[in-house]
Amino acid sequence: MDFFDRFAIPHPSPVIYASMVAIGLTVIAIIAGLTYFKKWGYLWREWLTTVDHKRIGIMYLISALLMLFRGGVDAIMLRAQLATPEAKLLDAQHYNEIFSTHGVVMILFMAMPFIMALMNFVVPLQIGARDVAFPRLNALSFWLFFMGAMLFNISFVIGGSPDAGWTSYFPLAGNEFSESVGTNYYMIAIQIAGIGTLMTGINFMTTILKMRTPGMTLMKMPMFTWSSLVANVIIVFAFPVLTVALALGTMDRLFGTHFFTTDAGGLDMLWANLFWVWGHPEVYILILPSFGIFSEIISTFAKRNLYGYKSMVWSMVVIAGYSFLVWAHHFFTMGQGALTNSIFSITTMAIAVPTGVKIFNWLFTLYKGKIEITTPMLYAIHFIPLFTIGGVTGVMLAMSAADYQYHNTMFLVAHFHNVIIPGVVYAMLAGLTYYWPKMFGFMLNERIGKWTVWLLSIGFLLAFMPMYITGLDGQARRMYTYSESTGYGPWNMASFIGAGIMAIGFALIVYNIYYSIRYASRDIGSDPWDARTLEWATHTPVPEYNFAISPQVASIEPFWDSKKKGQELFKGSYEKIHMPNNSGIPFIMGCIFFAWGFSFVFGIWVPLILTTIGIFVCMALRSFEIDHGHYISVDEIEETETKLRGAN
Amino acid sequence: MRELFPAKQVMGFVFSLILTIAALLVYYLDMSFTAGMTLLLITAFIQAGLQLIVFMHAGETKDKGSIYTNIYFGVFVALVTILGTLLCMIWGYI
Repeated sequence: MDFFDRFAIPHPSPVIYASMVAIGLTVIAIIAGLTYFKKWGYLWREWLTTVDHKRIGIMYLISALLMLFRGGVDAIMLRAQLATPEAKLLDAQHYNEIFSTHGVVMILFMAMPFIMALMNFVVPLQIGARDVAFPRLNALSFWLFFMGAMLFNISFVIGGSPDAGWTSYFPLAGNEFSESVGTNYYMIAIQIAGIGTLMTGINFMTTILKMRTPGMTLMKMPMFTWSSLVANVIIVFAFPVLTVALALGTMDRLFGTHFFTTDAGGLDMLWANLFWVWGHPEVYILILPSFGIFSEIISTFAKRNLYGYKSMVWSMVVIAGYSFLVWAHHFFTMGQGALTNSIFSITTMAIAVPTGVKIFNWLFTLYKGKIEITTPMLYAIHFIPLFTIGGVTGVMLAMSAADYQYHNTMFLVAHFHNVIIPGVVYAMLAGLTYYWPKMFGFMLNERIGKWTVWLLSIGFLLAFMPMYITGLDGQARRMYTYSESTGYGPWNMASFIGAGIMAIGFALIVYNIYYSIRYASRDIGSDPWDARTLEWATHTPVPEYNFAISPQVASIEPFWDSKKKGQELFKGSYEKIHMPNNSGIPFIMGCIFFAWGFSFVFGIWVPLILTTIGIFVCMALRSFEIDHGHYISVDEIEETETKLRGAN
Repeated sequence: MRELFPAKQVMGFVFSLILTIAALLVYYLDMSFTAGMTLLLITAFIQAGLQLIVFMHAGETKDKGSIYTNIYFGVFVALVTILGTLLCMIWGYI
């Protein structure tokens, strides 16, 4: 039995045992349901083995929504604990575990896959391609992300959650202070998901650079594709640093090396340094595609072309460069001198300039536009002022001298939620609503959608504005309780109520999906929003090959021009189309990676070695496999096209 | 026959051998730390460039532009990361 002791939770509570039972029951229910409805074959053929970018996008989307609720429940628990002074809902250890999980889940397993979802679904359609450059690698990326996320998520019921914060600073994250396997989970789960993300970066960079439809020069690409290109370039250059940092951290924890220890020549500060060399570009990986989504939405619903296309592109390129120059602003108080801090202060403040350019461009696009307030547009309109508040407080934090006051207080927490929620979460929800008809063939209900936006914004203001105040008054982040005499009580209660309102907003999204599945009209055509770019030029549902004939592009908004100026998009006749074959290897490799990660977390060496061999066997199989893909014949294309045209 | 002889590649190979020998001198000769590191850094960067351009054909397709942009950006990020880290952890640390 000694062997199994390691899987016990070091710090149990009834809630965790209840979660264990709930997880067990859910797994049984899923297996039973699949068996009862005879869906195993369908699941395997249509989803687990798929290499279609649209389906991979939808799988990313489902994972992201699930993780949104996982992270959201964590957030509610944190706010509930802080709602009143000296609360006893959670103890210090559980509070630590929950805020660490909340951060990792929301950034890496909610925001990232949400962006990957939209990128996967939209980018190939926007550039008129049939799929991404490396379809099978794309599937592998998804399964690595998914298995990494699952590995991280089981930590709280097997072996213990990570509890050193989402930044996992050493020496706290070292063996001396984090004795449970929690931080091993952190190191290895993020490593697996991170490798997947790195592959996506390479894949999409290649796709956008090499697979654009004839006539689409770089400066004729839609804004979301541009933002994705820049974000993927940042991924390719930033993620290797994370990979290295996590590998060094893993070695410190499992093999007794001294990279980040305080003795034997280690340098604990180096972890914080490396973490943020990746971490700050990561912020822009999240925000740039979000900006891209808003650009698409604002130009569609203002019925105008995007103001200042070139300055939009250049501001993103400049942001991509700057994003690698500012990381030390995350640890101004670590002990560097005034010169170092000043350098990083100035670079940080400089980033506000290109970001400001973008804000003004959106405002000028709206100016004199024929604005139509739909749900996605409402998100965009709420985003501009809310995000600007976050940006301004960011400039406050950027002043290194002043930062000594704000550092690690609730002020900081308010700031980054203030940029990430309106910036990233609103963009993703807006994108979800905007692209939903293209993905699923019906629209989400507008009335419920607008209620959601208002509830989220009101809840958001109520939840986070008080934190600016308590933060300036000195309430530290990550403290699990405070005394009544501090006077933080009422403000934190307001935050809790705000968090509750946001929770209702998120629940409404689920209700909206349910309601729209039941009642929404399926007769919406392929262009329900009267949009401007290529993804709306193909049918809904999008056929496997995206476009029967590759579109010919002559402007930034080819679809709009084809509708208004009669520009011809599809010239020529059908030809047979070459498509990649499905493959089970990415999924199997993902499963092996999961087992690899699990063995690594607990240091069970024999399975670790076996799974490592398994991974290499999968790669070798792929290398020696002869797979030329398949052709879709002209007859088949004609049949599909006639059928889809009939449906419109 | 002259067109068939891969003169550029052979020259590249010889040159990369010379660079390797130059780098090895650091081990065999008794140099100061600074001289050794300078020699290693210079030969390493020339070697990497040589490999990319001569043997990995970086400049031979019409993707030349994107390939070089990526390489320059990579060099920029690497230099910024290393110099910035030294600035934070050593030079600028009190």
